Amino acid sequence: MHYVVCMKQVPDTTEVKIDPETNTLVREGVPAIINPYDIHALEAALQLKDKYGGKVTVITMGPSMALEALKKAIGYGADEAILLSDRAFAGADTLATSYVLAKTIEKLQKEEGVDLVLCGKQAIDGDTAQVGPGIAARMNLPQLTYVMEIVELDQEKRTIKVYRKVQNGKELAQTKLPALLTVVKDINELRYASLDNLIRAARYQCAILDKNKLEVDESKLGLKGSPTMVRNIFAPPERGGGEIIPGGEENPEEAVKTLVEKLVPLEVIPNA
Amino acid sequence: MVQEKFDVIVVGAGPAGLAAAYTMAKGGLKVIVFERGEHPGSKNVMGGVLYRQATEEVFPEFWKEAPLERPVVESNYWLMTKDSVTKYGYRTEEFAGEPYNAFTVFRSKFDRWMGRKVEEAGALVICETVVEDIIKEDGKVVGVKTGRANGDVYADVVVIAEGVNSILTQEALGMQKKYLAWDYLAVAVKEVIALPKGKIEDRFGLEDGQGATIEMIGEATQGMVGTAFIYTNRESISIGVGALMSHLINNKVNPNELLENLKAHPAVKPLIAGGEIKEYLGHMIPEGGYKAMPKLYGNGVLIVGDAAQMVNGIHREGSNLALISGKIAGEVVIKAFEKGDFGSVTLAEYQARLNDTFVIKDLQKYQHSSGYFEEHPELFKLYPHLASIANKEFFTVDSIPKKEKQRIIMRKVFEKRSMRHLAKDLYKLWRVLG
Repeated sequence: MHYVVCMKQVPDTTEVKIDPETNTLVREGVPAIINPYDIHALEAALQLKDKYGGKVTVITMGPSMALEALKKAIGYGADEAILLSDRAFAGADTLATSYVLAKTIEKLQKEEGVDLVLCGKQAIDGDTAQVGPGIAARMNLPQLTYVMEIVELDQEKRTIKVYRKVQNGKELAQTKLPALLTVVKDINELRYASLDNLIRAARYQCAILDKNKLEVDESKLGLKGSPTMVRNIFAPPERGGGEIIPGGEENPEEAVKTLVEKLVPLEVIPNA
Repeated sequence: MVQEKFDVIVVGAGPAGLAAAYTMAKGGLKVIVFERGEHPGSKNVMGGVLYRQATEEVFPEFWKEAPLERPVVESNYWLMTKDSVTKYGYRTEEFAGEPYNAFTVFRSKFDRWMGRKVEEAGALVICETVVEDIIKEDGKVVGVKTGRANGDVYADVVVIAEGVNSILTQEALGMQKKYLAWDYLAVAVKEVIALPKGKIEDRFGLEDGQGATIEMIGEATQGMVGTAFIYTNRESISIGVGALMSHLINNKVNPNELLENLKAHPAVKPLIAGGEIKEYLGHMIPEGGYKAMPKLYGNGVLIVGDAAQMVNGIHREGSNLALISGKIAGEVVIKAFEKGDFGSVTLAEYQARLNDTFVIKDLQKYQHSSGYFEEHPELFKLYPHLASIANKEFFTVDSIPKKEKQRIIMRKVFEKRSMRHLAKDLYKLWRVLG
C-alpha cells in the first residue's frame, strides 16, 4: 500500500493579524506551522501503515522554508518527503495548487502506484477545503471528505470503509481504491515521535521537484493559473452580548414565559 | 531496538552545548545534541549581551552572518534610589566597528543560528527531546535515556550542558550536591518592549544601528542582592530585573513586582514610554560561583556552562564562560578520541585547561563576593542613597560656599554610615572584588 499525504505550511494563526488599512494578512515575522488538519492526515496514514504495511510519502508545495515541515513529517515516521518548489508555482490559488499536487501524485502513481491520498479537511489560513476535492476531481478519484474514523481497508477487494463527520452525526461510507480522503481532527490522536525517526529526519534529504520534473501545462501554474481574486479580507464584526432575562430565581415561571415569548417569533422553537 | 552509537552526546543546545558540539563536529566526531525546546534557543534566556571575543573563539567572524541586534558602544551603571539616579558610563566609537566588543542579541534567534552552524558542521540536533537519565556501565557514563520510544542512546562521552536547573548533574551523576541553596540561585524576569528604531536611537543618544546598555543597582531590587538592566535591541528594548532567590523568598517579593516598579521609575519610564510589550521571559541564573561548582569531569562525562555554575554575576558574564567551557570541553574530547581513552584521568585535562582561562580565574576571584553581598544586602540600598545625597548637594546651586557644602555632604553621609563603617565597607569590598 502506498499512502500519499498532502501537507501545507500555514502561518501560526494565533499570531496572525489583519492590517486594518489594507485588509490583508500580516504574514511578516509570523512563524509557520504545519496545517493542524494535515498532521492528522499524516497520522492516519501512519496508522494505516502500522496496520496494513506499506509506505507513506508526504508532499508539499511551497518555498524551501517548507522543508522544515517535511522533516517534521519524517520525524513522525513518514518514509519519503517531496517538496514541490518553483518560482512558477508562486501565487497559486486552490485551482493551481490542486493541479500541481495532482500532477505530482500522478507521477508517483505511474512510478510506484498510489492507493490512498490523504489531506486535512482544510487549511486554517484560507479555510477553503477545496484542494483535497480538487485533487480528487483532477485525478478522477473517488473522494470521502470529513473522515472521522477509518473502519476498514480491504486490500483484497481494494475498498476502504470510513465514518464521515456530518452534521449531527456520522455517516458510514465505502469506496474503491485508489481514493482520496480528507480528515477531521477527531480521526486520531497524534503520536509522540520515536527517537530513531527523529534521527532519520535530522539526516533526511528531501527530494525537491520543480516544474521541469513534472508534466505540467505552464499556463495552469501559480498566479497565471489562478483565477481567484481576493476582493477583501476582514475580521468578522464582533458579536453583541446576549440578552439576560432577569428574575429567574425569584419567579422562574415568569422568566420562562418571557423567554418563550421571545423565542417563538424567532422560530427557534415550534409554536405548539 | 538499540540506537546506533555516537561518539559524543551533548545534552542541551545552549551556548555551552552548541560550542562543544560545533568544536567536536568540526573535529570529525559523530555528535548528537539533545534539546528539550522546539528549537535551539526557544527555551534559553539571558539579559541580552553577547561578547564578541569569546563568541569568535568558537564561531570566527560570526557577526557577518549571525542574527544580532546592535553592537554595544555605550555601557552604563546606574545607582538608583526611589527618585534619583547616579550614573556612570563609558562610550567609545571603537566598539561601533570591527572587531566589536559586544552585541545585544535574542537567544531565541542567536542560538537557533548556532544550532544551524552545528548541523552544517555535521552534528545532529534533536529537539523537543528531554534527556531523563544517564546510562552508566561499570561506573562509566556510556549514554543517555531520552523520553522517547527507542530513546536510549550510547556514546563514548556525554557532555552535560543542561543549564542552571542541573538535574542530571545533581541526581543522575551525583557530581554536585542535590538541591542547590536558594542563595546560589537568582531568578530574573524580563520584558521585550517594541519601539521604533529611530525612537530608540533618539532616546539613548545613539547613531544608526548602535546600542547601549544600562545596569541598575539599588531601588530596582528594593535593596535585595540583584541587578536590573536595560538593553537596546534593533526595534525593541529588553528591560529586566533579577535578585537572589533567597532574598525574594524571605522578602516575599514576586520578581514581576520588581519589574513593574522599575518600569515606573522616573528615570526609566521615559525610555520605554509608548512601547508595546512583545515578550515576557523569566529564568534562573546560577550565582553560587566557584564554591557551588560541581565536579567538572568524570568517567566519560564533562559538565559545561550554567550546569557548572559558570556565571560571573558581578560583570554580567555567562554566555562567554559557557562558550569557552564548551569549546575547551570539545577540544579535550577530540584529544581523548585520539588517545582512545575516555576515563576521568584523560578528561581531567578539561579542568586543567579551564584553570588557565578567565573562566576559573574570574570565578575564583569573585568566589567570596556573592556571599559577602548576601550577608550585606544593605549595601544595595545604602550606597545608592549615599551617592544620591552627595550628588544632590554637589549639583544644587544655592549660594552656600563650597567648603561648607563639602562639610554638609560629609555630615549627611556619616549620619547614615560612620566613617569607620564606611572604611570597613570599602576595605571589604576591595577584598572581595579587588
